[in-house]
Amino acid sequence: MIALKNITKTFRVAKRQAGFGRAVKALFSREYETVRALTDVSFTVSDGEMVGYIGPNGAGKSTTVKIMCGVLTPDSGACEIDGRVPWKNRIAHAREIGVVFGQRSQLWWDVPVTDSFALIRDIYKVDGKKYQKNLDELTELLDLSEILKTPARNLSLGQRMRCEIAASLLHAPKTLFLDEPTIGLDAVSKLAVRQFIKRLNAENGTTVLLTTHDMQDIEALTERMMLIGKGRILLDGSLAELKTRSPDPAASSEEIVAALYKEYGI
Amino acid sequence: MRLYLKYFAIHLKSQMQYKVSFFLTALSQFAVSFTAFLGVYFMFARFNAVDGFTYEQTLLCFSTMLMAFSLAEVFARGFDLFPQMLGSGEFDRALVRPRNIIFQVLAAKMDFTRLGRLLQAAAALCYAIPKSGVVWAWDKIFTLCAMVICGSIVFFSLFLIYAALSFFTVEGLEFMNVLTDGGREFGRYPFSIYGENILRFLTFVVPLALFQYYPLLYLLDRMQNKFFMFTPWVSLVLLIPGCAFFRFGLRRYKSTGS
Repeated sequence: MIALKNITKTFRVAKRQAGFGRAVKALFSREYETVRALTDVSFTVSDGEMVGYIGPNGAGKSTTVKIMCGVLTPDSGACEIDGRVPWKNRIAHAREIGVVFGQRSQLWWDVPVTDSFALIRDIYKVDGKKYQKNLDELTELLDLSEILKTPARNLSLGQRMRCEIAASLLHAPKTLFLDEPTIGLDAVSKLAVRQFIKRLNAENGTTVLLTTHDMQDIEALTERMMLIGKGRILLDGSLAELKTRSPDPAASSEEIVAALYKEYGI
Repeated sequence: MRLYLKYFAIHLKSQMQYKVSFFLTALSQFAVSFTAFLGVYFMFARFNAVDGFTYEQTLLCFSTMLMAFSLAEVFARGFDLFPQMLGSGEFDRALVRPRNIIFQVLAAKMDFTRLGRLLQAAAALCYAIPKSGVVWAWDKIFTLCAMVICGSIVFFSLFLIYAALSFFTVEGLEFMNVLTDGGREFGRYPFSIYGENILRFLTFVVPLALFQYYPLLYLLDRMQNKFFMFTPWVSLVLLIPGCAFFRFGLRRYKSTGS
């Protein structure tokens, strides 16, 4: 279970102004600006639930994910994932979660994917039998058998993303965080990734929280979605609920969300 | 330790992928430190001794320093490249893996092209050991090993401090090179030739002299005091502020995220 309560996070950002004179001045005395990345964010996700987390760029999605992974410490508020505080006991927490950062790779660039997988197995201390079972399962579900021997640098983005997801699941985590897993993928890969996430959630009961810009991800995958804007949770409910808010019944979910962004001024 | 070897294997495999680049870089590394060696050679072609140290004795000093530095560089390259690791977000990945952070950074990068330098250090050491006029009894061998091992740990600590600094500032870290690369370059000669004040600085502030100058005096029988045999181990205290500073930086990183 994931439970966040009144999480607040601010960043101090140096103010930069245009012009040479100002730049010289900034060298000596810098003005800082406090940016509120998250304000009073609270939500709970039960075991085995799948939740979509959407919002425009810079809304605080990734910050929330980073807090839940233990990469960042919030200014105030409480966060517990299966009873663990992510930033207090980093190592114990890391063993139980899987994370995919869609924009970055965790595979070693120049070696075949299997070699990366084997190293990840040792990092997570997964025992041989369990690893083989997980790997076989993932290979089948994500259709990896053809690409396991290829170095990561030679994979297409879609192939690589499938490998990234597999890499995050080799230790069979109970909770999976996906930060923009479908970004930049073609239609076939997107469908494959979605189908896999759905199966993973249904069959293994893995709790999944995914951030995305793609409303179709949400439509295809999750019952529940949370909308975040300017660091606040604006909406937490089902897609159907969202649709009832729209005056135009024929509007696509994309249009509804765009209208919502406008309504909240984000 | 076993995991470290696994990382080692994967890096070796990666770098083998680019054979030509690998050999060329190793060769250029060799060439660069060879010019340093030539510098010492020509210096002694004109003068017989510097501050009472002969050519062979200086070479012994030069090669232990180079050995210590290149060992640290081969293994702790991850800290040298740490700013890039922070910038690319690779460090966030390390934070979500269930292993010690310092270990992961250490294992994240290994640079075998630096073996060129290591090889040269070994060659110079092989030449200097018999020629330096030292009678190699057990205590001397022990001292020499301590100089190399502790030296590389001191350089490692300096890399660690360098890495910790990049939590606070993205650029302007070049001044740390004065201590690492500079330490290597100036360490060609026994530190005493630079004068009292520099020696004092390198003893009490950045303890490079503790594994270079003082044990060298013991090796060459200029000092009989057994204490000088153990000064390299004293220099390891630098590891404490190094680790503490890194942890402090890490805490800050976790609360600022940049």
